[in-house]
Amino acid sequence: MKVITDTRTAFARELGPELRQPAGLLFTMMLPFLFLALFAPLLSGMGAAGGGTGGTGSPWQWFVPGMLVLLALSATAGAGASLLNEMSSGAFERLLVTPLNRAAMLVGRALKEVVVLLTQALLILVLLLPTDFRLHPLGALAGLALLTVFGVGIGALSFTLALHSRKQQTLFYGVQQVIFFPLLLLSGVLLPITQASAPTWLYVLSRINPVTYVVEAERALFDGRFAETGVLYGTLAAAAVAVLGVVAGIRGMRNATV
Amino acid sequence: MIHTRGLTRSFRAKGETVEAVRGLDLDIDAGSVVAFLGPNGAGKTTSLRMLTTLLPPSSGTAVVAGHDVVADPAAVRHRIGYLGQGNSAGSNFRVTDELVTQGRAYGLGHAESRARTELLLTALELEGMATRTVGTLSGGQRRRLDIAMALVHEPELLFLDEPTTGLDPHSRANIWEHVLRLRKELGTTVVFTTHYLEEADLWAERVMVVDHGRVIADGSPEQLKADLAGDRITVGTADRADADRAVAVARALPAVHEVTADGTEVRVRAPHGDTRLPLLLRNLEAAGVRALSARLARPTLDDVFLTLTGRTLRESSDATAPTTTHDGA
Repeated sequence: MKVITDTRTAFARELGPELRQPAGLLFTMMLPFLFLALFAPLLSGMGAAGGGTGGTGSPWQWFVPGMLVLLALSATAGAGASLLNEMSSGAFERLLVTPLNRAAMLVGRALKEVVVLLTQALLILVLLLPTDFRLHPLGALAGLALLTVFGVGIGALSFTLALHSRKQQTLFYGVQQVIFFPLLLLSGVLLPITQASAPTWLYVLSRINPVTYVVEAERALFDGRFAETGVLYGTLAAAAVAVLGVVAGIRGMRNATV
Repeated sequence: MIHTRGLTRSFRAKGETVEAVRGLDLDIDAGSVVAFLGPNGAGKTTSLRMLTTLLPPSSGTAVVAGHDVVADPAAVRHRIGYLGQGNSAGSNFRVTDELVTQGRAYGLGHAESRARTELLLTALELEGMATRTVGTLSGGQRRRLDIAMALVHEPELLFLDEPTTGLDPHSRANIWEHVLRLRKELGTTVVFTTHYLEEADLWAERVMVVDHGRVIADGSPEQLKADLAGDRITVGTADRADADRAVAVARALPAVHEVTADGTEVRVRAPHGDTRLPLLLRNLEAAGVRALSARLARPTLDDVFLTLTGRTLRESSDATAPTTTHDGA
């Protein structure tokens, strides 16, 4: 089937530079890594701050899933920058004239972002093995699957933004910065945002932020708790982001001109 | 191979509608080599972008390689090769990988794509660059790689947008040698834009002179030069009085485009200067005008452009370049 062959072609093209320069992975995982190294130790006295520490009482159990969501946001939100570079250099124009399926061009790129994201997430989990972070294998697998769905959505949205910023590249970086930090801070990845601890307006904003639900679902899954409504809500939120991103991205690719 | 009717493309720029291409009517036969010649902003690139499905036309129709560019763009893309003005290959990718991927994008098998990649790297003198990252190549090497990418699937119709801009003469010759070999072996139709006069003159069988979004002249380089510019004959006389008499004699010649005097020099523009010059000299002698010197110069396509527009191509490019940033046309 042509769309599958073309997706494989687009994916293989994008993955090539990553395989040749794996050190590049480290740059986009720097932000969560810094938080894990310099911020997480401050949480040692907080115990069950996030509600659920897998019985270990470890702040890592609460903090790490949020950092994986931060990784998904920071690594894939910038994915459109590579597309933006190709749009200004002429490489994207050349690709648009090939018979490559436009949807495959988007999906292939998004899949590459997912492979990079999962590699980075696994690397972080391996690095945390010496700590008292307790890994529930099935929960971790489900958590990584959820992260994949979310990462596809954010990556596709980033490509969509890049496609709309081709005539004014500052738009891409401006929108990215304006959206990225509010989504991040309002999701409770660093500190819990509860009705008791936060002003009402901040709490309301956090509840309308889809990333909040993804973070809560990841915390439950990495803690081995599958049968929670938070998992369902997080899955729905990630799926909604993925559908929105992929649909908007494919539409953007199909209508892309120079 | 290409048929367009009333092909038009407008842009909105600073609140105004700018017509980059105005009612283009084209019929290009299979196997021909056609140049779009004109200054920056004339509409050459916009025309090519519509023909290659990169830009939808504002109005009009275009059938390329048997398929309508709007109704069936995928079929058009499958049958054409395209070289844009920018770099076709991504900076972070390896030379070989980009070429193989390009072949794969056109449906070639991995082995076939790889085999063609190796042949093209050799033909375009890029053998040592196969494993290099594209970003480390020189400007000339990158342009040759761009050409290789446009040719890897051996298209039946090839669009080249200013293919040799910024290249040294050796690289230019190398690129044209390869493009024309492909055309000879496979009957490839080649459509290119250029503002290098000599390139259009040397390689194109048919030149379309484009200005302000319209084709203002269309024909073989020789035909355009003979019909529109004519050869330039310059005759030196002893004094102004002789020059004035020489002007009258020259004007009496058949099919003369223009006769002017500049001091003691008389300039005549006429087709077939090689036969007009001896005739003029005989007539001058018969009229008692002594010719001290005589020169015959062949016209260039710039002379054609000057005749048609009153401007040279260089002047036009300088004048229009800053205002045509909307599409680089």
